[in-house]
Amino acid sequence: MKSFLEKYAERGFLLSAILSASVTIFILSFMFLFSIPLLKGGHIVQFLRLGWNPHDGKFGILPMMVGTVIIAFYALLIATPFGIGCAALISVFSRKGFSSLLRKLVEIMTGIPTVIYGFVAIFLLVPLIREIFEKGTGMCVLSASIMLALLILPTIVLFISDAFNSVPKNYLDAADALGATLVQKLIYVIIPSAWKGIISGLVLAAGRAVGDTLIALMIAGNALQIPRGLADSARTLTSHIALIIASDYESPEFKSIFICGLILFVFTTLIVLILRLLGYFEILREK
Amino acid sequence: MNRPVEYTITFFAWISGIILVAAIGMLISFLLYKGIPSLNLSLVFGETSPLDALLIRKEVVDGLFPAIVGTTLLVLTSVILAIPVGVACGIYLAEYCKTRWKPLYNFFIDVLAGIPSILVGLFGFALSVFLHKHLSEHIYPCFLISSLALACLVLPYIIRTTEQSLGNLPFSIKTTALSLGASRLQNILFVLIPHNLSGIISGIILAIGRCAEDTAVIMLTGVVAMAGIPHSLLSQYEALPFYIFHVSSSYNSQMELMKGFGASIILLAICICLFTISNILKRMAANRFATRT
Repeated sequence: MKSFLEKYAERGFLLSAILSASVTIFILSFMFLFSIPLLKGGHIVQFLRLGWNPHDGKFGILPMMVGTVIIAFYALLIATPFGIGCAALISVFSRKGFSSLLRKLVEIMTGIPTVIYGFVAIFLLVPLIREIFEKGTGMCVLSASIMLALLILPTIVLFISDAFNSVPKNYLDAADALGATLVQKLIYVIIPSAWKGIISGLVLAAGRAVGDTLIALMIAGNALQIPRGLADSARTLTSHIALIIASDYESPEFKSIFICGLILFVFTTLIVLILRLLGYFEILREK
Repeated sequence: MNRPVEYTITFFAWISGIILVAAIGMLISFLLYKGIPSLNLSLVFGETSPLDALLIRKEVVDGLFPAIVGTTLLVLTSVILAIPVGVACGIYLAEYCKTRWKPLYNFFIDVLAGIPSILVGLFGFALSVFLHKHLSEHIYPCFLISSLALACLVLPYIIRTTEQSLGNLPFSIKTTALSLGASRLQNILFVLIPHNLSGIISGIILAIGRCAEDTAVIMLTGVVAMAGIPHSLLSQYEALPFYIFHVSSSYNSQMELMKGFGASIILLAICICLFTISNILKRMAANRFATRT
């Protein structure tokens, strides 16, 4: 009787594991299934080309891809120095009480809903940016990048500070014995031995930045154009998907969003592969 | 390395810390400053009396009540869908899985954890289109589809925390019951899980928080601005995060905007509470065995 139960429990566990893994496969196959008609028609080149005008049969998603890359790039550019600075402050420079307080604050930041970042940005940041550029609505690449930087900052800070903390203690002791100052320890000992962790944190943050929908949707302006500067409005792949959900299931513009989906899926897989290569998941599991 | 460079680096670290604190402080204080005046009972219940609304005797028209109920039901349904599969999968990965297959499962689950939430929403939407075509004409994006998609979204969190909290147990605890003749299942159910329940629960609370805050998934799978309390699994519904998004994009009056700020404060409070509880539980679970391994 017991072995009977035992056997079925094990099968149940196995089944759930297979089910969980197959959710990923399901998502991928649905993206494929819905974009097959367009892929078959040989319109791929058309998709990568410029311009979006459903009436003329133009469904180029190039502007969205460029918009995604630019917004994510600037967000990372803003967030990286501050992220490393904050992580250094938490792990190296500040005293124990203050650093654990700061760390808790950063942890709380990860819990703030994205929609709230966007909502506050509309009334706080966007008018400011409008003043600075003195043209347009203030909903532009720069606003979205700044807000996105704030959104991914906790990820970067927490991850890099963990990487800093996992530097072997005897390295630090050796540096102390040689009379190194805190900054020297940071530059010559901690950063060189934690570079894998730093890169992993940044890659993870890049994944977040590309995958985020709400901030770009709410404050990037959503114009269908390739942004030419920080003050231009742009649309990302994610907000494109959110905007296009049309009621007509057969229309080509509806199907084109699944191509966007496929691109995002491939990107996510790449991120996971890079993180594996860097040994990120091993670092995470050891903790 | 000369002195000025050292000072600059230290200075920069402090500046970035200050900027971070200032940014988050500004965000929260702005929200509170704008939203506190609108926080009262009529924000939630409109002109209906609270008792009538809670007993669903009257429909609340101009309050947040339907959105709050929608979010609560949505979170409950998706977490209830995700818990059994997630916990069982975590147990399998920690206790049963052969080393040969583990990297494969890990890969799929890591990808699932990294998938942008809008893709999960798109999946839910595609699923509803598929079911509409092949199963029943009555299926449109709805409450059920949303909770299924959200369950997929939070599944990896539950799996990972379960796996980690079982895997991190000291060897002695893992093997004592087995050596006394307990079966594998008995060992898991009566020893391993009770020993690190707080770890598993921290994962579940994290999942609840993620469900409550997520907007991208529900946007594509059936949330609408005005629907009232959902009456069936196949009906459309309202949710708090979507309400905030809706207000931000199409508010008509100052009144409506104030309600948006009120809703933001409520959502922020709920999410921060959930994440704090989850973090405390996680720390408790980690500290428990830190001293006696």
